[in-house]
Amino acid sequence: MTQPFRTSEGGRIDRQRPIAFEFDGRRLTGCHSDTLASALLANGVHLVGRSFKYHRPRGIVSAGAEEPNALVTIDRGNGRITPNLRATQAELYDGMRARSQNRFPSLSFDLGAVSNAISPLLSAGFYYKTFMWPRSFWRHVYEPAIRAAAGLGRAPAAADPDRYLQQYMHCDVLIIGAGPAGLAAALAAAARKARVVVCDEQAELGGSLLTENSEVEGKPASDWLVNALHMLRDADVMLLPRTTAFGWFPGNMIGAVQRVTDHLPDPHPRLPRERLWHIRAREVVVAAGAVERPLVFSGNDRPGVMLADAARTYLLRYGVKVGSRVVVAAESDSAYAAAVALRQAGIAIVAMVDRRPAASDVARSSGLPVRIAASIADTSGSLRINRATLSNGEKISCDALLMCGGWIPTVHLFAQSREKLRFDEALQAFLPGVWTGHARCAGACNGAFDLTACIEEGYAAGGANGQPQRARHPECAPALPPSVHKGMAFVDFQNDVTIKDLRTATQEGFRSIEHVKRYTTTGMATDQGKLANLNALAIVADLLHQPIPRIGHTTFRMPYTPVTFGALAGSARGDLFEPVRRTPMHDQVAALGAVFENVGTWQRARYFPQGSEDMHRAVARECRAVRNAVGMFDATTLGKIEVTGPDAAEFLDRIYTGSLSRLAPGRCRYGLLLTEAGYVLDDGVIARLGPDRFHVTTTTNGAASVLHHMEDYRQTEFPELRVWLTSVTEQWAVIALQGPLARQAIASHVQDIDLAPDALPHMSVREGHICGVPARLFRVSFTGELGYEINVPADHGPMVWQAIHAGNVTAYGTETMHVLRAEKGYIVVGQETDGTVIPSDVGLGWTIGREKPDFVGKRSLARPDMLRHDRKQLVGLLSADLLEEGAQVISDGAGIGHVTSAYWSETLQSPIALGLIAAGRSRIGEILHVPMPDRTIAVRVTDPVFYDRQGARLHG
Amino acid sequence: MLLIDCPWCGARPENEFRYGGEAHIARPQDAASLDDAAWTAFLYMRNNPKGRHAERWRHIHGCGRFFNCLRDTVSDRIEATYKPGEPAPQ
Repeated sequence: MTQPFRTSEGGRIDRQRPIAFEFDGRRLTGCHSDTLASALLANGVHLVGRSFKYHRPRGIVSAGAEEPNALVTIDRGNGRITPNLRATQAELYDGMRARSQNRFPSLSFDLGAVSNAISPLLSAGFYYKTFMWPRSFWRHVYEPAIRAAAGLGRAPAAADPDRYLQQYMHCDVLIIGAGPAGLAAALAAAARKARVVVCDEQAELGGSLLTENSEVEGKPASDWLVNALHMLRDADVMLLPRTTAFGWFPGNMIGAVQRVTDHLPDPHPRLPRERLWHIRAREVVVAAGAVERPLVFSGNDRPGVMLADAARTYLLRYGVKVGSRVVVAAESDSAYAAAVALRQAGIAIVAMVDRRPAASDVARSSGLPVRIAASIADTSGSLRINRATLSNGEKISCDALLMCGGWIPTVHLFAQSREKLRFDEALQAFLPGVWTGHARCAGACNGAFDLTACIEEGYAAGGANGQPQRARHPECAPALPPSVHKGMAFVDFQNDVTIKDLRTATQEGFRSIEHVKRYTTTGMATDQGKLANLNALAIVADLLHQPIPRIGHTTFRMPYTPVTFGALAGSARGDLFEPVRRTPMHDQVAALGAVFENVGTWQRARYFPQGSEDMHRAVARECRAVRNAVGMFDATTLGKIEVTGPDAAEFLDRIYTGSLSRLAPGRCRYGLLLTEAGYVLDDGVIARLGPDRFHVTTTTNGAASVLHHMEDYRQTEFPELRVWLTSVTEQWAVIALQGPLARQAIASHVQDIDLAPDALPHMSVREGHICGVPARLFRVSFTGELGYEINVPADHGPMVWQAIHAGNVTAYGTETMHVLRAEKGYIVVGQETDGTVIPSDVGLGWTIGREKPDFVGKRSLARPDMLRHDRKQLVGLLSADLLEEGAQVISDGAGIGHVTSAYWSETLQSPIALGLIAAGRSRIGEILHVPMPDRTIAVRVTDPVFYDRQGARLHG
Repeated sequence: MLLIDCPWCGARPENEFRYGGEAHIARPQDAASLDDAAWTAFLYMRNNPKGRHAERWRHIHGCGRFFNCLRDTVSDRIEATYKPGEPAPQ
């Protein structure tokens, strides 16, 4: 055995199973069931990191989740690098490679420690004070330098190769924490046949029972633990070790992360690394325990200074001595239990420095070298403490200093449930306040620090009707608030916040603890101030001469300990990040060489390059084909809603701007949908298939919101109407045929519909058969050419697409569709409209059925602002150079609108643009200007319809 | 995540629902006769209580139905859900 600080017996580690690991390249050996921290301490390693701001050497402070200093990067190989892991919670496995952080070139010689020498410059609010001038230096000089010097571990750059799962669970009782109170609660809950889940962040269930050497219910604590776990397994209670409940969400929803493989040297490749549980519990019992409160004194951050109970845990659970000559600084009797345990293991307790004014019974009977009414004034030692100086001037050489300032109940999760906390004067800490039945607290987190009381509270909390009695143990209360007047006395170890910073903040006028927190950054590190917050609060209260309850506490937020992005993302990454919607003709379209673009979650063909064509040349060719011959377009993504019922026409009259009740069966009408405030929400074609049946189209992106909007009115405002709405977007494949030769292109495929212009005029619809399958054939156009939209059942889309494409029809994509519609001045909702546009702004006032008494949005169109003459209006913009969408348009130096669409028009052989310009229709013929970064482009205002203003081609 | 009791389907997690704003604001029957101030109040003026709030939800990824809900905006606790047209429970 090469571990000089390992005891020869005792503890829960297995000395027969040595574990080899590396720390900063140094090969060391630990034991099975060690944490990285206990294994390092067994090897005499206390120095494990450099501090965030001052690069001060730091050691292991605690034995649990509250650890502020011992943050390491663990490399599991193959890109599996995790920074900022707490060494106190990282289970040792064979071959572990861990590195310290925030040091260069090495932990013992760190160049960044120069910032310790200039620490007066880095005090509270230094960002706002020291580095203000010159202004540009902040961004280019100061901030990059500070960011490089300050910090924690580096985020890995490579993709995370691990898998993460998310899983839902429902239970009657969820118990958080498997210490004595939690296990007692689980036994009581299981006894009433409830469905029980117990989770605990540690590898081994038992909490404080794992270091308990007294008796429980007449038997040794370890036997009670074995028996309790046995009974719980027999009762089918789900036991989740290595599972941290990190967040409490409304409705008793607990988020918990289970670490599945991090402790395994060679995990099975099919296992996920972590599992994120969404646990919905009828009742939650929080038995999260407590953490020991550190003391604030000058030099309290030196390696070798740690919590007294942590030293006791390392000894009793891991068989590790944290030093040979130990000074204990006590403000609470529980420090004596730790000191006595260490003494029994042969560790010299060289001084018991008790700050309380009189010796307690425990102190008198301890037989320890007690110094009453004394405190620690300072410490020394470069990379490890070697001497403590007491307030009475006495200097004591030592290699470890243990501190105990009482206990901080872990109320973090309970507070997240939005229940109130109350300040307990005897304990000088916050405890759960009143609660309302679905959440209960038991044990140390509820202020019970006696083992018997913890178990009684647990039984009561897990029982059917138990609000537990609170046990009172005032001897656990810290005696005095911290008071330090010189030197660097740290309150928040991880963010390097000293008592001086808090003093500065209060001197500068900060009063709210939330403001002090943000100004000094106390409690804002990855440990969320588990050790720091209560001390900071007590110090600020003392400085402001206010009682602690008046100061209040900062808000507790999830996560309790950091959660990996992997666990939160689960399987939603890569191809599974977001669902992808493809049209039925996707494969046919792709085979034609389509370049796709994402439109919402849809993939749409943007253009079809042939040979070496770039987008510009492909689009020009596609535009010529549609204007001169015929093109085909996959329009399946358009939203489609079938509106049926005796009152369907009446319903549509109230929803759309137009009069749909006057639409004859077999005919179509373009319609706008407005919000109640009068703004354009969506547009589309409404086709009447029969007296009680309409086929309504929406924009691709508007499909879901339009249906929601219609359902809202149908269900809540017009429930008397007999009408039903069905989304049929995915039931129909849609192929648009556009161009002067469109009729010839489809004629041979259409079986039973008369295509003659008189029989099927522009804006009409027929049901029949195309390529032998049922079809709805619309004669509509979004290009200004003779056009049809073939709707066939989705499964038949590919067959019909192939049949029509075989007739030498040019496929075109969304880019060409946009150019062609812009040439005609047709708007695209969301491009020409932005939520402030009413119908008349975009020249669509004609769609409004004037004779209708009411429709959604009608009253708003009569508001004074809607009638102003200087509203922005849709116009065309002609220029020598292509404009950019979103560019501002100015007149006499003042912005009067912006460009909404801009394209090269192959038809006009000129750039064209649409824009929304204040009083635009009265400016037709004016020259305006579009400022660009390198020049200003002159534009002439025109009518928005650039091509075939009479619409002759539509009716061909 | 809220657990919302759909009056038709029972308790379901919040992500099956879509929020619908304040409840019990009926669309005026005689919109044309309202003056601008009254119409603007209908469009835009809403309560923003600290405490009990009557609000609309839609079980959009379930039955699709709208319903009303009493929720405490401080504790996020839902006191009751009820069907449209029914009065708010006291």
